[in-house]
Amino acid sequence: MSAETIQSRREWLLSDQPASRLQARLGRAYVSWRRFSANRLALVGMLIIIALLVVAAFADVLAPYSPTVGDLKNARLLAPSAAHWFGTDDLGRDIYSRIVYGARWTLYVVILVAIIAAPIGLLVGTVAGYAGGWTDTILMRVTDIFLAFPKLVLALAFVAALGPGIENAVLAIAITSWPPYARIARAETLTVRNSDYIKAVQLMGASPVRIVLRHIMPLCISSLIIRVTLDMAGIILTAAGLGFLGLGAQPPLPEWGAMIASGRRFILDQWWVAAAPGAAILIVSLGFNLLGDGLRDALDPRSGDQ
Amino acid sequence: MSVAENQAAAGRGSTRTVAILSSLGRFLVVAVTTYLGLLAVTFFIGRVIPIDPVLAVLGDRAPTAVVERTRREMGLDLPWIEQFYLYVKAALRGDFGTSVLTTNPVMSDIRRVFPATIELATLGTIIGAVIGVPLGVLAAVKRGSLIDQIARVVGLIGYSVPIFWLGLLGLVLFYAKLQWIAFPARLDVVYEYTFTPITGFYLLDAAIQGQWDVFHDAWRHIVLPAALLGYLSLAYISRMTRSFMLNELAQEYIVAARAKGLSETRVIWGHALRNAAVPMVTVIALSYANLLEGSVLTETVFSWPGIGLYITNSLQNADMNAVLGGTIAIGSVFIAINLLSDLLYRLLDPRTKIG
Repeated sequence: MSAETIQSRREWLLSDQPASRLQARLGRAYVSWRRFSANRLALVGMLIIIALLVVAAFADVLAPYSPTVGDLKNARLLAPSAAHWFGTDDLGRDIYSRIVYGARWTLYVVILVAIIAAPIGLLVGTVAGYAGGWTDTILMRVTDIFLAFPKLVLALAFVAALGPGIENAVLAIAITSWPPYARIARAETLTVRNSDYIKAVQLMGASPVRIVLRHIMPLCISSLIIRVTLDMAGIILTAAGLGFLGLGAQPPLPEWGAMIASGRRFILDQWWVAAAPGAAILIVSLGFNLLGDGLRDALDPRSGDQ
Repeated sequence: MSVAENQAAAGRGSTRTVAILSSLGRFLVVAVTTYLGLLAVTFFIGRVIPIDPVLAVLGDRAPTAVVERTRREMGLDLPWIEQFYLYVKAALRGDFGTSVLTTNPVMSDIRRVFPATIELATLGTIIGAVIGVPLGVLAAVKRGSLIDQIARVVGLIGYSVPIFWLGLLGLVLFYAKLQWIAFPARLDVVYEYTFTPITGFYLLDAAIQGQWDVFHDAWRHIVLPAALLGYLSLAYISRMTRSFMLNELAQEYIVAARAKGLSETRVIWGHALRNAAVPMVTVIALSYANLLEGSVLTETVFSWPGIGLYITNSLQNADMNAVLGGTIAIGSVFIAINLLSDLLYRLLDPRTKIG
């Protein structure tokens, strides 16, 4: 591609008078991307998350050994070597392979929590903000009550009642993490509910359900995505904490928190059993934090020039 | 002063009183509903989710007569709303039932273990505030400098690291390799039976009684877990301090103070930090509340006999009364700190409108 075509494309993207909706959208995305990619740490975060996705997708190819079946006879608690990059655990399983497969469970937890908690928060927040009055008061009181609870302890209690397991851990984390999303969605709703375009849709006879679903919720999405990304690290840490306490993923699932717990018994002599999965958690959480910070700086209208 | 002015002043005074009263009234409503919410959630967890709440409370080895009696005592034959009323009434009396594991009333267990957690969280918060506030101030003053970068990295890692893992690595390094600290517990076994605590805060008790060998021993046990919790709160406190300070340093009164020829030290630490102090109080209080919660994992790693270890031990033994009692205890303190710091913020900061 020649320099001139690139130049003219950039002009087309940055045009002040976009000729089509597509051009306007692509232009906005381009400006956001420029601002995002100027932030090197945010790019690092994005690379980490992309690497996580790739590792999870190609775990079968990347892992040289089985994550659940080990060689008890010959390969128990081996130190890191060329054959076993991160050593082996007490059941003779290759820790590197377990970490590679563990990426899947980390993604599983994070995505499921986001899929459950974000829509709940979005629904509660937009309905409260649009309806106002008593509905708003009651919904927001409930939100504030949940917001005032200690999250990890409450998640512990939920899992204690539901029984240990990765699905129940996801449920417990989701139950305790929707309130901030409701607050954000309500704040966004309040800023648009009295705007002219909402009035116009109302005059055309749109039902409240349609207005909330089609005209208010889409506007809350971008700030919600930022917040969810920023919360991902917290979700991973909580899930790992539950796994560490034996309440999350159950053996032989290669979940990182549970792997640390099983390495705890050998921590003084075979430190690598617990060290590697903890480092994996740290790197992935860091990735989500960096990505979230970058997205916030790039997309948050208040911090930019929009 | 004329009569009219007097009346106006009195009028202003009384509207302020009314405003304060109404804000206190709202505070009470919020406090009561939040606590009721907490009890509703624990009620739901303890009575609605389990298929048989009696089994959840007693375990599956209790004799039939005991099961029958407990079923009647818990009022499980009554409608939900009446059960909840009885539940709240019992909770207000501090009656959370009996622990299967320790066979004590849960409340007396909690009284016994709570000081250990408070001691740990307090020391952690002190460490976090003493290092975090200056770090945040310096990062804001020298924005973009090396120290700002360091503060940023320290904060980011603090937000991303699994605390229990860091604790395990700390044990390997400082206990096993360097032998700077003592093994995971609260005191050496030697002192465990000779030392009589007064307040339950061992550092304080040892100092009061002048037993400096015990003090030293307690210090060697608490220093690593407290430093870890301190690191967590440092990450939060320094980040918030930085943003408050940046906000203050951009104000015009800072320009005015500099124009008057005040030294930079006084401008920063005397004027800017002082104005950032009110939100800082809130931040430190919130980080204290978070450490109470964060202690659950830390205590497990360091065998610290506080409420976190109590909850996790009860969890392993399916001791539901103890788990929920501990949850309510941590939740109550957590909520109280949250609400009080919010109230304090409203009352202290003249810029927030009361009412």
